[in-house]
Amino acid sequence: MIFGLTFPEAAVIGLLFAAIQFGAMIYLASLGEMIAERAGVLNLGVEGMMAMGAVGGFVFAIETGNPWLGLLAAAVIGGAVAMIHGLFAVVLGANQVVSGLALTIFGVGLANFWGTDYEGLRPEVQFVDVDWGPLSDISWIGRILFQQSPLAYSAVLLGCLTWFVLNRTRGGLALRAAGESAATADAAGHSVLGLRLFAVAIGGAFAGIGGAYLSLSISPGWTVGVVAGRGWIAVALVIFGAWKVRRVALGAFLFGLAMALPNRTESFDLPWDPILWSMLPYILTIAVMIAGALVLRNRPPPAPAALGLPFRREER
Amino acid sequence: MKSAEGNKGTKALWRVLALLLVFVMIAAACGDDDGDDGEADDGSTASDDMDDGDMDDMDDDGHDHDDDMDDDGHDHDDDMDDMDDGDMDDMDDMGDMDGDFSAAFLYISPVGEAGWTWAHDQGRLYAEEATGIPTVFVDSIDDTSAADTEAAIRTLVADGHDVIIGTSFGYMDTMEAMADEFPDVVFEHVSGYKANETNFGNTFGKIYQPRYLTGMIAGAATETNQIGYVAAFPIPEVARGINAFTLGAQRVNPDVEVVVQWTSTWFDPAIEGDAADALLEGGADVIAMHQDTTSAGLAAEAAGARWVSYNSDMSEFAPDAYLASAIWNWGPRYAEIISSAADGSYAPGFYWGGYADGIVDIGSIADDVDSDIVAQVQDIRQQMIDGTFAVFSGPLFAQDGTQLLAEGEVMDPGMLLGEAFFVQGVVGDIG
Repeated sequence: MIFGLTFPEAAVIGLLFAAIQFGAMIYLASLGEMIAERAGVLNLGVEGMMAMGAVGGFVFAIETGNPWLGLLAAAVIGGAVAMIHGLFAVVLGANQVVSGLALTIFGVGLANFWGTDYEGLRPEVQFVDVDWGPLSDISWIGRILFQQSPLAYSAVLLGCLTWFVLNRTRGGLALRAAGESAATADAAGHSVLGLRLFAVAIGGAFAGIGGAYLSLSISPGWTVGVVAGRGWIAVALVIFGAWKVRRVALGAFLFGLAMALPNRTESFDLPWDPILWSMLPYILTIAVMIAGALVLRNRPPPAPAALGLPFRREER
Repeated sequence: MKSAEGNKGTKALWRVLALLLVFVMIAAACGDDDGDDGEADDGSTASDDMDDGDMDDMDDDGHDHDDDMDDDGHDHDDDMDDMDDGDMDDMDDMGDMDGDFSAAFLYISPVGEAGWTWAHDQGRLYAEEATGIPTVFVDSIDDTSAADTEAAIRTLVADGHDVIIGTSFGYMDTMEAMADEFPDVVFEHVSGYKANETNFGNTFGKIYQPRYLTGMIAGAATETNQIGYVAAFPIPEVARGINAFTLGAQRVNPDVEVVVQWTSTWFDPAIEGDAADALLEGGADVIAMHQDTTSAGLAAEAAGARWVSYNSDMSEFAPDAYLASAIWNWGPRYAEIISSAADGSYAPGFYWGGYADGIVDIGSIADDVDSDIVAQVQDIRQQMIDGTFAVFSGPLFAQDGTQLLAEGEVMDPGMLLGEAFFVQGVVGDIG
């Protein structure tokens, strides 16, 4: 008993398991958005790309009978849909906010349309949680860390890979340069357009995988509204994480907790109306924005300097 | 200078082009609201041509289901599919110019293979068969958007439909306003609490009756004496279901507890599955639920637990976990509304049908349920049909032990409709 609250062991383990599961799902989408933003492209289409990944992943998994092919399809579809944003925002230099919002509306609409025949179908194909043998049997940690879906581990892997590529390779340096000072990157002989398109495509692929995490693992099956606004949380998380791989991971875990806790108000015997608890992820989003703004008032912003600015040679 | 101006011109052109394309994208995305007649049409064509494997399964199940449930629904589905196409095409080609009477349904989500909207669509198909009056539906009309709802209704009225049936709570206010504007069209709203004197009526059913029966089955099935209930919102409709379910469970198992976890959702698979997980972690070995998704059942299946479904028979989604289901049977009521509107005898009001009216029932019962329990369930079911069994009757105690009804007392409709409390044996808070 702490502060009059009870912490039953099974509920705490369940909470942490679910927090990692939800966190990894949002993390994938956030990581993708972060890559695009590090290259200077704000993509507000995450929700749409996740919806396309969720429906595409489910459709291909059902049709091929293999969840991994579904996952591959989700990544490809996510990347392909992201190229719509690439065309408008990067190649044509249109307003990135408008183009991203349009991508969300378009992506969600197209996913709903595509999914009509797959709505509520039995999920005959889905990812099975990984069994790490003796590791999975360890008390507490075994359940929390070693019985997750393969997608949770792929999120960790992709996070490490992203960190390495961004911070330890020439290509990553060039990509960051495109986001900090596109003209400089251009002068150094890099194709800003190419780098940005690549970053947007990878971002879309990651968002697609995040969507497939929902439709192939967390709540197997396709239904309209399965993404339920989580794409927007992913966008907010990038700001929360100050465009850094590890901080975004930490933020994703926090949001995972905020998603999982309201489902356990009874297990923890929490006070107040459950509806208040279910607001937690959104309250957290707003709180993070306010806190971020206050903390950063007198400091250089952590955002990539050229974020949101279209690049055209000889214009500035 | 010249090149700079040229550059500016190109830039402006690109911007206009980009904006235009963005608008096209938005229009395309929103287009699925407008093109719903077409979509409905596509839907029924697709079920004939494309998805042979799945759809056939579904039809077969549909038959079994009908056979179990009532005797009048044998070969509906196949006939319906054929008929449907014809009607739909007619509708599209000629609208209502021939003066045919027709009805239209407004759904919140696609029909799918099970659940709330699927159950309504079964009702629509039944009504079409029973009355011979053609029907159409539009799906995925967001009930939190009055504008979307109104646009859909206006389109249906303009297409010449004479009855509009809306099957989601949020359509209520828009339908009320539309009923005023179009006095010649009959509007029937499902699940709300409003009606007018002339052309706007309300329909709902006493789903708590079959919930009591599923509670009996769940109460007999639990070994931990703990049943988890994944609950939507703390409103009377949900509380009534939880209470009836609990009373049913207690009838066969006095030691049983029903633990309630609210999700504050009607439809969020990720959250509802997780809430079921939390209840299972807490020691429940049977899960009941109120939302429109199957994810609580999938969670129970994955955990090797049991599950009671709602809205429609969802046995095929979690074949090992499935125990029983409380289901809707809208067909007879829809046939009644449509035929009375057609012959001018329609009178709006508040319809709250129960077992005696055939609007609710239980779905298939799992094979491994004890035959003695099944016999008890069948017995109570018959008493409900005969109108001799009241779920909420004395002695009845509230969660905190205060007596609500004395021996022999039956809950009055006002208290029943406003049920905002839990009965003894429910673990959890309400409002």
